[in-house]
Amino acid sequence: MGWHGKQECKCRVKTPAERLGRREGIEIMTTAAADTETRVNYLNADYGIKSWLLTTDHKRIAILYLLSISMFFLLGGIAAVLIRLHLIEPNGAIFEPGAYNKLFSMHGIIMVFFFLIPSIPAVFGNFLVPMMIGARDLAFPRINLLSWYIYVIGGAFTLYAIIWGGVDTGWTFYTPLSTTYLNTNVISAALGVFIAGFSSILTGLNFVVTIHKMRAPGMTWFRMPLFLWAMYATSLIQILGTPIVAITLVLVALERVFHVGVFDPAVGGDPILFQHLFWFYSHPAVYIMILPSMGVVSELITCFSRKRIFGYSFVAFSSVAIAVISFVVWGHHMFVSGQSVYAGIVFSMLSFLVAIPSAVKVFNWTATLYKGSISYQAPMLYAFGFIGLFTMGGLTGLFLATLAVDTHVHDTYFVVGHFHYIMVGGAMMGYLGALHFWWPKITGRLYPDGWARLAAAIIFVGFNLTFFPQYMLGYLGMPRRYAIYPPEFQTLNVLSSAGASILAVGYVIPLIYFLWSLKYGPAAGPNPWEAKGLEWQTASPPPTENFAQIPVVTEEAYDYK
Amino acid sequence: MSAHVVPQKLYFIIFAALLAMTALTTGMAYVDLGKWNTVVALVIACCKATLVVLFFMHWKWSTHLVRVVIVSALLWLAILISLTCTDFFSRHWTPVPQGWGETSLGNPPAPPANALPR
Amino acid sequence: MSDHAASALAHQFEDLDQQHEAASFGMWIFLATEVMFFGGLFAGYTIYRNLYQPGFAAGSHMLNVTIGAINTAVLIGSSLTMALAVRAAQTGKRNALVTFLILTILLGLAFILIKLTLEWRHDYVEGLAPGLNFTFAGAHAKSVELFFFFYFTMTGVHAAHMVVGVGILSYLLVQAWRGKYGPDRFNMVEGTGLYWHFVDIVWIFLFPLLYLIGGRY
Repeated sequence: MGWHGKQECKCRVKTPAERLGRREGIEIMTTAAADTETRVNYLNADYGIKSWLLTTDHKRIAILYLLSISMFFLLGGIAAVLIRLHLIEPNGAIFEPGAYNKLFSMHGIIMVFFFLIPSIPAVFGNFLVPMMIGARDLAFPRINLLSWYIYVIGGAFTLYAIIWGGVDTGWTFYTPLSTTYLNTNVISAALGVFIAGFSSILTGLNFVVTIHKMRAPGMTWFRMPLFLWAMYATSLIQILGTPIVAITLVLVALERVFHVGVFDPAVGGDPILFQHLFWFYSHPAVYIMILPSMGVVSELITCFSRKRIFGYSFVAFSSVAIAVISFVVWGHHMFVSGQSVYAGIVFSMLSFLVAIPSAVKVFNWTATLYKGSISYQAPMLYAFGFIGLFTMGGLTGLFLATLAVDTHVHDTYFVVGHFHYIMVGGAMMGYLGALHFWWPKITGRLYPDGWARLAAAIIFVGFNLTFFPQYMLGYLGMPRRYAIYPPEFQTLNVLSSAGASILAVGYVIPLIYFLWSLKYGPAAGPNPWEAKGLEWQTASPPPTENFAQIPVVTEEAYDYK
Repeated sequence: MSAHVVPQKLYFIIFAALLAMTALTTGMAYVDLGKWNTVVALVIACCKATLVVLFFMHWKWSTHLVRVVIVSALLWLAILISLTCTDFFSRHWTPVPQGWGETSLGNPPAPPANALPR
Repeated sequence: MSDHAASALAHQFEDLDQQHEAASFGMWIFLATEVMFFGGLFAGYTIYRNLYQPGFAAGSHMLNVTIGAINTAVLIGSSLTMALAVRAAQTGKRNALVTFLILTILLGLAFILIKLTLEWRHDYVEGLAPGLNFTFAGAHAKSVELFFFFYFTMTGVHAAHMVVGVGILSYLLVQAWRGKYGPDRFNMVEGTGLYWHFVDIVWIFLFPLLYLIGGRY
């Protein structure tokens, strides 16, 4: 499906009604396909900076999140580029070890807490949850806006910590390094994460209440798109897990200030207690990062194979199962920390268990493809990328869940390869797929699919070149978070850095054509992909109230013929 | 709206029961029950909490969904505490081999001096 | 009355029932997050108490049970007045609502005041405040210090929640005085009530776990 932009007139004089709120110099215009009349939608319903900063419209809040998250992704990405440039040389090409520690800490904190955890829930969840269930807004629109402000304030604290000297604990803030032995900005960084955690909690709370209480007539639980099941499961994790990391960071800050020794062995404290409390949240957190992408993939696979999902209830329940089981496996991050071996055995067995619902999803997606009428637009390419790369990342997770193997590869680049396959090859691909799939709905514009497919291919090649060598490096013994390494690892490191440069190009291309499409892209109709789902039954961009009338649902989900 | 209105008298009865149980738990602390002191204190605390949840917080007249929320929160806390305890209370099952008790690296370095916490 | 009812309904809801259910459900989910927030402290406390039983018992014996019990009674009283306030809002009795809100605020402030002046200040002066002024050097000094860290942190986080609660109650009082609450419009009072009762429940557990360790015989 290409774009038909050439016959569109780009030099129309703008009527006053079309001068809409400016954001970063980009004018948002909406045009119906052929006539010059502007239709009122959520973007042009009101203009001025105040109408955006004080909005309670879930769609505008999603845009606010999109902008702030993209900014953090850029910062985290710059840190990644610098890391890979530095690691070209065995003795480190650019930074002193102290500065390198701050660099990977910044990369981790920003990417985990300010990009991956909010990404799909805050942008696509906020935009789509009310539309997919046939509601006019979320249950608590003002809390939704509050949650964005909390995110921005948390981000500001973290940026302050990074700019005013940095923090070098890693994103994991392990004690007693963070509480006793460092004089960097630990408290400000921890405070930033603490504050951002409440943004996550409020978003999750909003989604759970909305999905339970505001579904349109006829929208039963089992007629909901699987994206909503994924958002629901993600929200459960956000609600139950995030408060623990909040109180843990409070304890770290208190210990730094008062030197009491909750985690200090000299007073009788135990650093491993910190790790238990930290990972109780941070392991389910990685499922906060991946579950939404899995929901997106269910939407993409069904639409672009024109087929119902295979085993709807299995996929739905597997999302909830992942959310529940994710809470009992955290000890697999601590196998070599000094944790009891017997606890390790229990956690190892449970970690194998959590792979099963993920595998169920992969099998069901594959079965959905079978005898489907498959097309290869950019969103579908990202879905394919997700399935393959997530499977690889997930399987390497099983190696890490095995006590004996983990003893050798813990804290090596094997782990780094594993989680980047899942976070970048999985979650990021899901995010890009979602962006490409729902961009016409959000902006009312089409982007050039040819360039989008090219970017997807570049990203796929660049990604594998970056991170596959890291599995090999880790297996050969290169430790993670080291600023220097033995010379025999240089070839693989250079390959990885070369891949990173290709990956960077792949990420820049969508930025260009998405921005381009805002001004020059042809108007998308209500349903350019001919997809099923309530969000496609309303205009693109949607009106502020989402639907002229609340729809009554009679079809099953993914009712493709 | 369909929210249930609770008779005032019931609130006062529950209040009296809570005060009585507070007095009971305080008094029981002065009785020697050995390790059962803790159990008794926690049981009484659970009874008090149950009364507050049932009547002051209207569990008795609330939906299934709300009850699931309460139970889930408590269950999740139980998961955190119990699995963490499996670590701490099974450590001594693995004996430490000879000579591993002391570190050959000497004492850990002192924290940086004059460092304001930030 | 229909005007009043119409303005009470937010645009995203179909009817007042749905709005009330959503508000109540939302507050319960928030309380679930609070259970986990305090729960982290309870988890740490559980581990260390089991590891250092003599020290924790010694530390607990240095706390004043009488004051703790009185404070418990004060907080339970404030829960009663809060429940009565919610009931007054439900039944549209403005004067009763205002009275009960004032009583709840006063009892809450009494709790905080007793804690600050009679307990914390006393402990600080006695040299039992870790990090600020800890001079105890008797048996199990290190575990006693750890106990007091948990004592101050747990009661401190609890007190912070009470301060926030008193702040919200004050806002409710002003709104109630203006006659803003009634049978169609009491979600905020009910939600605050749930929050207040939860803070009471946390104290119901803190009292035996901190003050009554090891018995006083």
